[in-house]
This record gives sequence, structure tokens and C-alpha cells, in this order.
Amino acid sequence: MDFSKKHILDIASLAPEEINFILDTAEALKEVLSRPIPKVPTLRGKLVAHLFFEPSTRTRLSFEKAAKVLSADVFNFTARMSSVEKGESLIDTVLNIQAMGADLFVIRHPNAGAPHLIAEHVKTRVINAGDGFNAHPTQALLDLLTVREKKGSFKGLKVAIIGDIRHSRVAHSGICAFCKMGAEVFVSGPATMLPPEREALGARVCYHLEEALKDADVVMALRVQKERHGRALFPSVREYARHFGLNTERLALAKDDCILMHPGPINWGVELHPELEKDPRNVILEQVTNGVAVRMALLVLLLGGGA
Amino acid sequence: MKILLKGGRIVDPSQKLDLIGDILISSQKIEAISPNISAEDAKIIDCQGLVVCPGFIDMHVHLREPGEEWKETIETGTKAAVAGGFTAVACMPNTKPPNDNAEVTRFILKKAEEAGRARVYPVACITKGQKGESLTEFGELKEAGAAALSDDGFPVSDAYLMRLALEYAKNFDLPIISHAEELSLSKGGHVNEGLASSKLGLKGVPAEGEAIAIFREVMLSKLTGTPIHIAHVSTREGVEIIRRAKEEGIPVTAETAPHYFSLTEEATFGYNTNAKVNPPLRSELDREAIKEALADGTLDAIATDHAPHSPLEKLCEFEKAACGLIGLETALPLGLRLVKEKVISLSRLVELMSCNPARILGIDGGTLKPGHTADITVFDPEKIWVVDEKALHSKSKNSPFLGWEMKGQAVLTIISGKIVFSRL
Repeated sequence: MDFSKKHILDIASLAPEEINFILDTAEALKEVLSRPIPKVPTLRGKLVAHLFFEPSTRTRLSFEKAAKVLSADVFNFTARMSSVEKGESLIDTVLNIQAMGADLFVIRHPNAGAPHLIAEHVKTRVINAGDGFNAHPTQALLDLLTVREKKGSFKGLKVAIIGDIRHSRVAHSGICAFCKMGAEVFVSGPATMLPPEREALGARVCYHLEEALKDADVVMALRVQKERHGRALFPSVREYARHFGLNTERLALAKDDCILMHPGPINWGVELHPELEKDPRNVILEQVTNGVAVRMALLVLLLGGGA
Repeated sequence: MKILLKGGRIVDPSQKLDLIGDILISSQKIEAISPNISAEDAKIIDCQGLVVCPGFIDMHVHLREPGEEWKETIETGTKAAVAGGFTAVACMPNTKPPNDNAEVTRFILKKAEEAGRARVYPVACITKGQKGESLTEFGELKEAGAAALSDDGFPVSDAYLMRLALEYAKNFDLPIISHAEELSLSKGGHVNEGLASSKLGLKGVPAEGEAIAIFREVMLSKLTGTPIHIAHVSTREGVEIIRRAKEEGIPVTAETAPHYFSLTEEATFGYNTNAKVNPPLRSELDREAIKEALADGTLDAIATDHAPHSPLEKLCEFEKAACGLIGLETALPLGLRLVKEKVISLSRLVELMSCNPARILGIDGGTLKPGHTADITVFDPEKIWVVDEKALHSKSKNSPFLGWEMKGQAVLTIISGKIVFSRL
């Protein structure tokens, strides 16, 4: 298949066939990661610029690892300690880095649509590594890869996403991706954090946690953003853990062979009970490895190295 | 010098006129209207195929001067006004410094006089610094030339203070214009709550927030007996409250802007900052309700909320982009689309863009009656043109209508009997 996308800005603009092609490519490239010397020359001479305007550990290192396995050179830019602090505009910043010869931008930005804005103004390629509440397509793709590995396909799967759906780009892209591939998505959590009724995201909104968890094939917990509870989206962390946190007892509502996922970073004792850390259903660290594979696939597909 | 406008379709709702005929203008005034006038000493302008009506009055614009002259000045803003067929504009007080004192009001009037184009009616602040804490000096502002009061852009959140403003305005016959927005609900929002907020991953501004704020204004108007004018109504819920208030006899009037009956939230998709405006573009249901309200009299006026911004404020992340779009040069053809769709009559459009704004503001204009000042707009209802940023007169080009094919354009704008703009 010819992969003709220039940018990866969100899941909504990818067709199911394109998603499957990305996952196939990732699966093939994943083998490289387990070699004694995990490095191939595919993208030698290419320059990938990682522009992070917001803190990130997993995503940033995962992209960096993916680029390095493929022998690309990388720029690691963080907004702190840069000219952004001197007031340089976003467009000027990227045009300058483009002028230095970057072939691809990986963007993490606190404002929704910032990668879309950049994509309009640069000649190079853009991957969205998370923008505001809007989208986090590479996270959704690594979640899909993990589910496909464990379940074989997506058709008819029940996916439960628990937590702050309204303010989560992981949830936005995840819902879109799972629905697109034929799964059914149920979301639950404090109602102040669920999508307003009129926002048709494509997921079933459950005000009772049990409804979402019952017979689920995939259970995904989202990080509680503790900084948000100042505005009283939920009364206390303690109350959240008691009523919306996942534990062995609650997970028993899901199918016996369900898998437990989390995009990280985890607040143990809040959205996940520590007893789940060693649970065989927990595939959270496998998600992280798949993250590298998915990002390798996107770099190869966008920069045309040929796998 | 005398001017004779010959053979145009004269539409003047203030006299219930809609006829093919002539208008004679002499020494700044309208001398006569009749099916056939001959005046040998007059400059004759052939108006066949054109519409001749009372000059349009835009009761809601931002001219940005003083303080943000890189976006617009009184000179460029009034140039855009006359090019769009407007003979008068009322400019909102959110300048830098804000128009909360007589000095700023006088400055605006002086600049307008120097520009010599559209009439400018300054709207002064209701509260000092638009801070919503204490009232401005209504009396002195009126003496300096303020035509109305509004904290546009910043609603007066304190209901008691708004009550005081409505009461005190009675002493000076100053109309009060309310920017109706419940800030605690809209805070942090950038687009309509619903389709746009979910699609763009941005916090939404719920329609109900506007309705809540309008309901408060309506109740305060009832309490005080002072008329209140609601600016830029964008929602079905807001329209419904105004409709019920009017049925009850509460003295409320209201305007909407062309973008609320021409566009929906879909214009923001792709993070188009030229479609970022406050209140935000709403749903198709809201758009339908606005059109219906323009037809049935619930809404009284079309005002553009002309809000110029340069690329410095617009060519950036959507959340950081300023709200507002320019409207003076596209209002007429957008209004004419409603006539073509048979939502309203041509006469109703003239009422919405001329007669009613004059009545609400209590200013001259909005009529072609002999003896009145000759403020006249002549437009070609069939003229096809494309909105091109190079051809716009406004200093800023932040229009969501760039590239649109429009039908209808002002060809002659006359103020006090003097031609201030002509495409003939």
C-alpha cells in the first residue's frame, strides 16, 4: 500500500486501512528492538526535530529512541530555556528550525491545533505528539497495536475508558481510534469529567462505573490530573480513589481475559490500586514498548525510508 | 450643489416607500422624492437598476483608536464603513485607554471629523476602565458626545451595578447596550460548546450562558423600566428569551451580526482563527433561529461587530488568537442573501440596517423624508464580486469570508448631501 499522508495530526484524518498499515509496519519494525544491536541505517542523514512545549517523559523519550534506532539525527527542543521565553512566536520558531534543515517535526503543545498551524506553515512533515485536549494520535496507535496483539482484531470488542475523558487528548484520540476500527467504547468517571451530553464523541457515556466495566475486553484508566481538582472537578483524591479507582474487585466485572491499560504516568493509589501492578492482565509496560515501534513506523512511513 | 438620484428603486421603510423614482438633494438635505423630478441645476446620477435607501447605520463596531492603530484607525475604519454603504457607525469603548472619560470621547470625535467620512457615534463605558466596579460619569460623557453606554467585551457581572446603570441612564437618555455573557460559564472557552468543542478539543462556550445573561438584563430592564439593547445575539435560547420579553412589553431591543446568520461553528474547523469570535459561531439550529428572529421582529438590528485584528493577533495558536472579525464591507451582501432566500424583504433589511439602529440609538438618520439630512446609501443588488483582502479598505483582513463570491455592493454613499464614496 502507498502511504500518502504528509502529516499525522489526528486519528480522525486517518482511514482504517491506513491505520492497519501503520500497525503492520510497526509490528514488522518491532523485531529490530529485540536484536542484540537494535539499530538500522534506514533514516541515516535525516533530521527529526522534537519540539516539546509542554513537559513529557514517555512520549519524548519514545520518539527519541525510535529516531535513534533508525539512525536519524535528532534535535531536542523544549520551550523552557529557549527563545520562546523571549516571546518568539510559534511560527517563527519552527521556520527557524526548518531553515536548519529539519526533515520532520514532532510537536507536543499545550494549545489544541498548534501542530495543525505548524503543518500549514512548514514544508516539512509534522507528527502531533499531543496538543492540548485535542489529540494524541501516536498514543492511540500504540494502544491499538497493544490491543491487536492481545486480541487479534477490534471488531465487537468492548473498550472501557475510565477517568477524565473531557480534558484528555488520550481519550479523544482513543475513542476515535477504537470506534473507527469497529470496537465499542464506553466511558465513565466523575460526571464533571465526562463529555457534555451534546458532544458526540462516539462513545457511550456511563454515569455508573459498573456499566462501563461489565464484560469489557479492554479497560483503560486515565491519569487523574490532580492539578485540576482545585476547580472542584471532583471533591478530593480520596473520594476519587474510592469511587472511580480501579482495583481487583472492580476489574472482576470485566471479562476474565481482559487487559488493563494506562497511558502513564500513573498515580498509584488513585486511579489504579497498587495491587494491580503485578496483575497478569496489566499490559502497561508492553504499551510503552509498542510506543517505540509505532513511532518508528511513522518515521519510516513519513520520511520514506522503506522498511 | 444639488444632486438628483434618478430612476432608482427607492426603499424607505420609515415612509413605507418602495417605488421607482427620483430623489433631489439640496444643501445637505433631502428636498423631494417623486416618480419624476427634473432639476436643471443638479448633478444627475443615473440610478437605474440600483437601490436607494436611508444610509446604513452600524451600531456596533471597533475602530481600535486610540491605542491599537496597527489594527485599524478611525480613518481606515470609516473608509471601510462608507465602502460598505454605512453612513454612520457607533464605536465600542474598548480602546486603549478605554473610552470611559470625556477626553477620549472628544478625541474620537475629533479624529472622525478629520477623517471626514462616516459619522462616528462614540459608545462610552458603563463602568470605569470596563472593570465592572463603579459607574462612569454619564453626564459628562453625554456632554462630550457619547451616544450610548456599554462595557462591550466585558459584561457588567454585578447585577446590582447594572441596575444602578440602568437607573442612572434615565437622567441622560443614554441607551445601554449589554454584552450578555455569563463569564463563569464561558471562561476558558474558545468555540461553541457542542460539535466544535468536541471536534477541536477546545473548551466550549455553552449557548445557555448567553441566555442566562440575557435573561438577567431583561429582568433588570423590567425592574427599572429602562430600555436595554442586547448586542450580538447568537443563540436560539437567547432569541427565545427576547421574544418572550417583548411579548410581555419589556423594553428590550437586540441586534445580531451577519456572521451569526451566515456561518456556523463549522467555519472554525481546521482551527481557522478568522472564525474565532465572541460569542462564538453556533450550530445550524441557532443560525436558523437567528434568521427567524430577524424576520419576525424579535431581533431589531443587524450590526457587524466589526473587530479588526492583525496577523499578530490571528496568525497563532487558536487558543491564543484574539476574538473578532471584520464585517463592514461584507454586511450588505450577506444581508441580501437573506432577501434572496426570502427570509426577509428588502424593506425589512433596510429597517434592520438603518431605521432601527437610528431609533435605538436615538440619532438622526434612518429616513429619506424630505427635510431630513441627506444620509443615503445606493447599492447595486446584482453586482457580483469576490472578497479579496487586497480590495478591502479596512486596515485588517481578518474575515472568514475571504474568497467568497458575494452578490450586491454599495456603489454610492452620501453623507449630508455630499458623496463620500463612489464606485460609479
